[in-house]
Amino acid sequence: MEVPILKQGEVLIATFQAALSDADLEHLRRGLVQQVVKFRSRGVIVDVTAMDVMDSFASRTLREIAHMIRLRGAETVIVGIQPEVAFAMVQLGLTLEDVATALDLEEGLAYLSEKFKNID
Amino acid sequence: MSRPVSNPGGELVRSEAPSELLRELVAHLRQNRTQLREEWVMNITETRLLTAMTKEEIFAEATSVYDSYVEALETEAFEALQAYARNLSERIIPRGVETHEVVGIVLLLRDVLARSLFAKYQTDFKKLNRILDAYEPAANRIANTVAVGFVQERERVIRQQQEAIRELSTPVLQVRERLLILPIIGVIDPQRARQLTEQLLRGIRTNRAKVVVIDITGVAAMDVTVANHLVQTVEASRLLGATVIVTGLSPEIAQTLVTIGVDLGKMNTVGDLQGGIEQAERLLGYKVVTLAETR
Repeated sequence: MEVPILKQGEVLIATFQAALSDADLEHLRRGLVQQVVKFRSRGVIVDVTAMDVMDSFASRTLREIAHMIRLRGAETVIVGIQPEVAFAMVQLGLTLEDVATALDLEEGLAYLSEKFKNID
Repeated sequence: MSRPVSNPGGELVRSEAPSELLRELVAHLRQNRTQLREEWVMNITETRLLTAMTKEEIFAEATSVYDSYVEALETEAFEALQAYARNLSERIIPRGVETHEVVGIVLLLRDVLARSLFAKYQTDFKKLNRILDAYEPAANRIANTVAVGFVQERERVIRQQQEAIRELSTPVLQVRERLLILPIIGVIDPQRARQLTEQLLRGIRTNRAKVVVIDITGVAAMDVTVANHLVQTVEASRLLGATVIVTGLSPEIAQTLVTIGVDLGKMNTVGDLQGGIEQAERLLGYKVVTLAETR
């Protein structure tokens, strides 16, 4: 399943649909980094609102995506983690540390524009 | 239906079927309803049961209990009786009626009715025995059913009250735009801790909070399990984009946190609630000045 990636200025927005397979996640990881390079994006938002479970593979992949994107000089924000999913994640010890998170798309964009302002 | 049987004495006796006997005794109990009910109510007062209710109330309830009792004897519809018992309990539990009183009055009624049957059949011992054979199991089942119905209703009320207390004691309060406060008071057990977390996460999403101040001034002690829950709450809140500031840690709780090896770099703590709110406001970009300063 393709994850749609939209471009909004200097920010790329990838919106997860529910139930992504491991292969989909792999595909996304490669695709997102390529797009960051192609468009010289400064920020990436990964919207996981539609995910109702987050397992350790998905969590690790998200962290790897963020690290790879940071190596390209861009910032990643994960948005839309649902309360039940957040609760389950911390119980499994999946804290997504060192990756920025925000409540939703709006907050994610606000966070990034604040970050860009500080850098400029 | 009756059939002739021979008893050891050789006489031919007619033996009624249990249902026929039941019908007979139910008829007797209905005929003497007023008198037997009076006797029962008198016994209730004498043994000082249902002291929380007035005489009129006892009389009103006694009438419906008596009729339900006799009907249960007749129809053997024990589900209906249990529903009636729960209904009755729902009415009288708030009045302060206790379990032993309910069991007591049902047993009193059983005895009053039994005595009345002794009196009626005292000249025919064999028949009395057969009548009691029909009466006793049914009467005991009734006492059992009513007692169980009452206890079940009590348990339901207790559960309901516990739920209400739990909800009352963990309010999530918005004090400014994007700023929530969660004041925790009393004892936190793992169940309450879990409920707290769920309520907080829902509150973060609903109020779009960016900062949460969890104040535990009112919490004396916390075991390792609950301390871990607190850490998890902080981490889960971050996943929803909110920063958590914990305030009011007692020395004991501070010790517990250090003991379980909490990475204090990950946990934002401030001494008291006031300090916590001030820091939260700074994080949100607020500055509070007195009116004098603004002139």
